[in-house]
Amino acid sequence: MNPHLVLRVVSKLLIPLIVVFGLYVHFHGDYSPGGGFQAGVIVAAAVILYALIFGVDAAKRAVPTWFVKFLAAFGVLLYGGTGVATLVLGANFLDYDVLHPDLAHHSGQHIGIILVELGVLSTVFSVMMAIFYAFAGRAPDIPEGEW
Amino acid sequence: MTEFDWTQLLDYSLMAMLLAVGIAIVRLRNLFAAVMLMGVYSLISAAWFVSLDAVDVAFTEAAVGAGISTVLMLAAMLLTAREAEPVKAGRHWAALIVVSVTGAALFYAVGDMPIYGDPNSPANAYVGMDYITSTPNEIAVPNVVTAVLASYRGFDTFGETVVIFAAGLGVMLLLGLNPRKKKGEGK
Amino acid sequence: MIELLAERFNFIIVIILMMTGLYAVVATGNLVKRLVGLSLFQTSVFLLYITMGKVFGGQPPILPESAEGHGETAGYDAAAHAPETALADAGHHVEAAIYSNPLPHVLILTAIVVGVATLAVGLALVVRIRESYGTIEDEAINQADYAVDSAGKNA
Repeated sequence: MNPHLVLRVVSKLLIPLIVVFGLYVHFHGDYSPGGGFQAGVIVAAAVILYALIFGVDAAKRAVPTWFVKFLAAFGVLLYGGTGVATLVLGANFLDYDVLHPDLAHHSGQHIGIILVELGVLSTVFSVMMAIFYAFAGRAPDIPEGEW
Repeated sequence: MTEFDWTQLLDYSLMAMLLAVGIAIVRLRNLFAAVMLMGVYSLISAAWFVSLDAVDVAFTEAAVGAGISTVLMLAAMLLTAREAEPVKAGRHWAALIVVSVTGAALFYAVGDMPIYGDPNSPANAYVGMDYITSTPNEIAVPNVVTAVLASYRGFDTFGETVVIFAAGLGVMLLLGLNPRKKKGEGK
Repeated sequence: MIELLAERFNFIIVIILMMTGLYAVVATGNLVKRLVGLSLFQTSVFLLYITMGKVFGGQPPILPESAEGHGETAGYDAAAHAPETALADAGHHVEAAIYSNPLPHVLILTAIVVGVATLAVGLALVVRIRESYGTIEDEAINQADYAVDSAGKNA
């Protein structure tokens, strides 16, 4: 029997829940403690857990390196793009009120905050994954017996 | 204080644990133990942050400091060394003198700092409280920290995102995402 | 004097923690342990800021969700267990609850994530140093550099 059977089964149950929790933390950042940074780190922790149990190669098949590189730049672009969108719509840079016509309830603020926090989530997630792949994929120079 | 505040007892015990763990980290030569204790230090700090009403900060410190930072330091430790050399006596005393002088200078400055928990201190009285009173009018978001981070100070958060991206770039350039598998193969 | 220090004991604790981290940075020769000490120093500085933002009797700065409150008093009297503030005047904009200062929280949130990013770059540099020099003790690295320099001068 595989000695890591318990770990594999439990992690297969937990990893989707961790990702969902990360997304919950992101979307409820307006109403409870949370936001983009925490959510990005939580989703990265889910993928790192997968890599620890099933191997870095399996994790690289699930979340490939080209995707990680793309997502890092995409997050910054999303943040800047929201600012440019508000400029195009006529207000100052990153002035979210113009994103939605309902000014009494400031719905534009909610939309703007969720979009920029999504950008932050993407960048933080992909940078944490990139750092993990960079460190974990490297074989140590010293053979095991010579420490 | 007429009645004993039990939450203060929690604060004192957390502070004592932080001091003990901090001194242990400095004294340990085994790097694995030092890295693990660093994770413990981050978690105890996160607990103290909750006691200090900083729930967002506690969340981030627990996730980042006790989670990602520990993984990173363990991975780096595995690639480099397992034990630190002992500190020579000359260096130890020189470091102790530097640290004592700096600490004494900082202690001298403590007299000018605001009282702990004072709502009228200069740090708490002006802009901070303005954010709390004007967030319902202008942003209508219950979490004031998110409102300040993403809306009032959105520019700073943009810069921070770029800094994180640059750090990721730096690591990718230094180490590479698809590094060599065995020693001896060319890059 | 004792009263002065007792009211500011949070700064004293934080200063001791900072000096512990600083000692680890200055005294150790091992680069990884030096980065651990730096991370210790950084976390103590975060504690300094957050203890400065604490207000006694305050709550975390999350406003209670009311029926689309626009900042009028009706939105905030709903916090049933909030302590009354001594600063309440008899005017219209009475805050029924005291909140801790949110501004240091925002600054430290940024600082934590940037800190781990720079820690990652520092550790990547240490890994490359290990691969180039074969050691991560700074004395040995300096010796190796001086040997290369003097060999270059003599050649």
